[in-house]
Amino acid sequence: MSDEFPTSAMDIAWNVRNNVTSAADVLERHLSTIDEREGDIHAFNLVLADEARTRAAEIDEAVSVGRDPGPLAGVPIALKDNMCTRGIPTTCSSKILDGWRPPYDATVVTKLRDAGAVVIGKTNLDEFAMGSSTENSAFGATRNPHDTTRVPGGSSGGSAAAVAAGFAAVSLGSDTGGSIRQPAALCGVVGVKPTYGAVSRYGLVAFASSLDQIGPFAHDVGDAALVLEAISGHDAMDSTSIRQGPLDISRQLMMGVAGLRVGRITDLPEGASPDVAARLEEAFDALRNAGAEIVDVDVPAFGYGLTAYYLIAPAEASSNLARYDGVRFGHRVEAPDTNAMYMATRTDGFGAEVKRRIMLGTYALSAGYYDAYYGRALKVRRRIAADFAAAYEQADVLLTPASPTVAFHLGDKTSDPMSMYLCDTYTIPSNLTGDPGMSVPFGTGDDGLPVGVQVLAPALQEARMFRTAAELERSAPR
Amino acid sequence: MVVSDRITPEAVAKVAKLARLSLSDAQLDQATHQLSDMLDHFADIDALDLDGVEPMTHPTPIANVMREDIEMDCLDRDEVLAVAPAAEDGRFRVPPIVGLED
Amino acid sequence: MTETISDTNVETWTLRGYEMVVGLEVHVELATRTKLFSASPNRFGDEPNTNIDPVTLGLPGALPVLNRQAVELAMRLGLALNCTVQRSTFARKNYFYPDMPKAYQISQYDEPICIDGWLDLPGSIRVGIERAHLEEDTGKSTHIGGSGGRIHGSDFSLIDFNRAGVPLVEIVSRPDIRTPEQAKAYVSELRAILVAVGASDAKMEEGSMRVDANVSVRLPGADLGTRCEIKNVNSIRSVGRAIDYEAQRQVGMLEAGESIRQETRHWDENDGRTHTLRSKEDADDYRYFQEPDLVVVDPDPEWIERVRAGLPVLPAARRAQLAAATGQPADAEAILVVTDRDQDAYVLTVAEAGGDAARALVHVKEAFAEQGERPAVPAADLARLTRLEVDGKLTATQAKQVLAEIVAAGGGDAEAIAAAKGFEAMDTSELEAMVDAAIDAQPDAWAKFCAGEGKAMGALVGAVMKASKGQADGKAVTALLERRRTA
Repeated sequence: MSDEFPTSAMDIAWNVRNNVTSAADVLERHLSTIDEREGDIHAFNLVLADEARTRAAEIDEAVSVGRDPGPLAGVPIALKDNMCTRGIPTTCSSKILDGWRPPYDATVVTKLRDAGAVVIGKTNLDEFAMGSSTENSAFGATRNPHDTTRVPGGSSGGSAAAVAAGFAAVSLGSDTGGSIRQPAALCGVVGVKPTYGAVSRYGLVAFASSLDQIGPFAHDVGDAALVLEAISGHDAMDSTSIRQGPLDISRQLMMGVAGLRVGRITDLPEGASPDVAARLEEAFDALRNAGAEIVDVDVPAFGYGLTAYYLIAPAEASSNLARYDGVRFGHRVEAPDTNAMYMATRTDGFGAEVKRRIMLGTYALSAGYYDAYYGRALKVRRRIAADFAAAYEQADVLLTPASPTVAFHLGDKTSDPMSMYLCDTYTIPSNLTGDPGMSVPFGTGDDGLPVGVQVLAPALQEARMFRTAAELERSAPR
Repeated sequence: MVVSDRITPEAVAKVAKLARLSLSDAQLDQATHQLSDMLDHFADIDALDLDGVEPMTHPTPIANVMREDIEMDCLDRDEVLAVAPAAEDGRFRVPPIVGLED
Repeated sequence: MTETISDTNVETWTLRGYEMVVGLEVHVELATRTKLFSASPNRFGDEPNTNIDPVTLGLPGALPVLNRQAVELAMRLGLALNCTVQRSTFARKNYFYPDMPKAYQISQYDEPICIDGWLDLPGSIRVGIERAHLEEDTGKSTHIGGSGGRIHGSDFSLIDFNRAGVPLVEIVSRPDIRTPEQAKAYVSELRAILVAVGASDAKMEEGSMRVDANVSVRLPGADLGTRCEIKNVNSIRSVGRAIDYEAQRQVGMLEAGESIRQETRHWDENDGRTHTLRSKEDADDYRYFQEPDLVVVDPDPEWIERVRAGLPVLPAARRAQLAAATGQPADAEAILVVTDRDQDAYVLTVAEAGGDAARALVHVKEAFAEQGERPAVPAADLARLTRLEVDGKLTATQAKQVLAEIVAAGGGDAEAIAAAKGFEAMDTSELEAMVDAAIDAQPDAWAKFCAGEGKAMGALVGAVMKASKGQADGKAVTALLERRRTA
């Protein structure tokens, strides 16, 4: 992209609102980038060229009559294909929802429209958000723009790749165990999981209800803050949403980290490759140089997060995915009676990983096993939350790797589910506690591939989390 | 792959049935191995002392979220039925309901 | 829970030594404007699938939001049933059925909103209430093809989700019921309370109140027997019939040496029997877990007190009040009928206007069936009529005739009407003279009557009535004859 042309969401919005650039021009630029590279990347399930052009024209019309279209005016944004868009197919990259058009919009979609954003397409994901590589999609894998033989991460691989490849200025993903932060790290972009409840889940197709959150991908921390402010705040349609207005982050971004206590977790589970571990060390150095105090903290139960997550999330998912029965919407395989129809529809419609997790979750909830599995996992969750709360008495933010490794090759982990699950080691605990986390690009690792550093903060402390991330962004190795 | 007896093929068949998924013999076998392997990994939490720890179902401790008893607009029936697998007479059509809870 | 059994009022049910043990599960539809977890109308009879929204249909991405009014009504009915209102949570009950849009029902499991109440049956036992909890209703399926609209042999089914998501409260009694009559009385009284507090219109014939019965039998003093759940009981009368049949069936089996299989059975009103629906052993594992899309409901003490203070006077209290005013037992038929018609307040105002409550009660019961809660007849008018009766100025028969005119005219002056009809109270000496004359005129009848033949009195009474042109009070005449006989 040419330097004169705005590429960040902040610049685009400013230019469009002030009539310096038209939303139509911005859109065409992005659409032609898609034309050039989408064939290699496959970030999208659906590119919405016509709808986007209509919307861009509306934005330009509003500007021309002196109406302010909003803080994201003309910004092309891609949406993970598990967010309901009225009248537009929403598939969750699953055969069982192939072609389904929701009769309603997700709350975030309405908020983006009100903010003037232009939805450019629905992006690919691991089926029903279950995975860490986007290889579980029923419509084919997405490839990492930095190296198309490698995965973009998952489950929000399409949204991460769309931003990394310049198909959209920003995008939305969802994060249940790391599905925004891990692909952000692998694709070299910023990815944020907000505090649980900060962004409405109404219209987000549920995977695990007590863990799911929608969040932004962006090239930089400032853009991520802009998007998060536009989509966050209480929603009456979501009983679990926070009881306050939109998060307030941008104003504090440039405050720096002087005096901030940055925690290093002493007994962090192993698994980070040496290149990633090295970048993390440099990140601590950078923050120290900027005036932060690095402190050692213990989070003894951190490592049990993986187990707790892989019992709780599949359990909730087994219930959330029971509604895909061929009765009211989506795919149906006809059969002589309803029960046979259920069996045939679900067996045909779901992929292998989804079925695996449904069975695992059903088992964890079943009579005689609830106490040992799901019930016990809920207690582990409480223990983890207590450990983090104690750590946050001594540190304001924590730093960990986002992904244990840089992007791996397609096919590397698909034959061993457990190996894929380990990708989420460092991201999972904050889903369990509900605290926010974000991944910021920080240099490169093996084979020149991007590395992401994860910043964690207590609930509703996005401002201090973003401040830290902004500092890392400023001092990242080039 | 680790072969363990943490979950039996019978138990896997039972949960598959509960979840309305049908598995071939080969798939049942593979699923048993994979779930066993996972449950082996997940046995790490057995060692924790969790006496007196309250289960945590929710990240947020909020309570009493309720709405007023006021009507809101309904969905357009035509729009909904247009994407239904089978519809007739304004209703969703299904094959005979046999073999299920009443 | 202590049982108070009134020795005289309870009918016992035993069959060849066995007693029945019955608990009732009653589901009621709450009278809210909108559904339990979404704002679609809670309305009966609309075009299919017009009261729907993403939550009702269980669409991907939909989320439940709790209706405050449903909580209020659940609290009201719980407090009216003497329950404790407590902190409660919602749970998912997971099972597949086409009219269950999410393939799980949001209900309450471990922590229901109301617990540990009771219901006193008029003049009879106290039935414990274990719990009352909120849950959502399912959609409705219609089976096409086949016979009689049943599933068996149908070609396909059509689903309407208008009813899906309607708020229900499930009220679970303890197994304290011992006779079919008690079961019927429980349902009746429960209904009266639900209507009185405005929680539901509780009409079994419309499905806004549904009753399932858990029935077992045992020899007295023995452990509880295996119970069967009886469904498809659609009227209060059926409640009695179904329980009676099922208990007999079980006794018959035990006597034949067979054991009772725990199962759900379907009551067939037409053939008067219960039939196997499904065995409990085949039942789904519901995999209950706390609903992650909803938060805890913890009504504060102020809210609970407001609801309690706002409760109307309940039927039992109203009956007691009427009983005290009229000197009748609280479970007397007239008390039950008049209170059920909501005319008890009216009777009390008649008493306040100077009337005789006992006479007013009789008149209202007999003549005011069509009058509704606010009878057209002014209380003062009825009061004056009853005063004439107790003062001996009108006989019971005469009063009835005057009343008929008052009711027809929507009011009236009892004295004037009586005078217009020529009803004059006979004074006692006039009456005595007529009685003596009748005795003199019929010595044979008098002799027989004195010898103990009660029948002979008829001729003497008849003579007096004739002589008085029907104005004499039959009771007074009889009393006088008795006095003469024993004198």
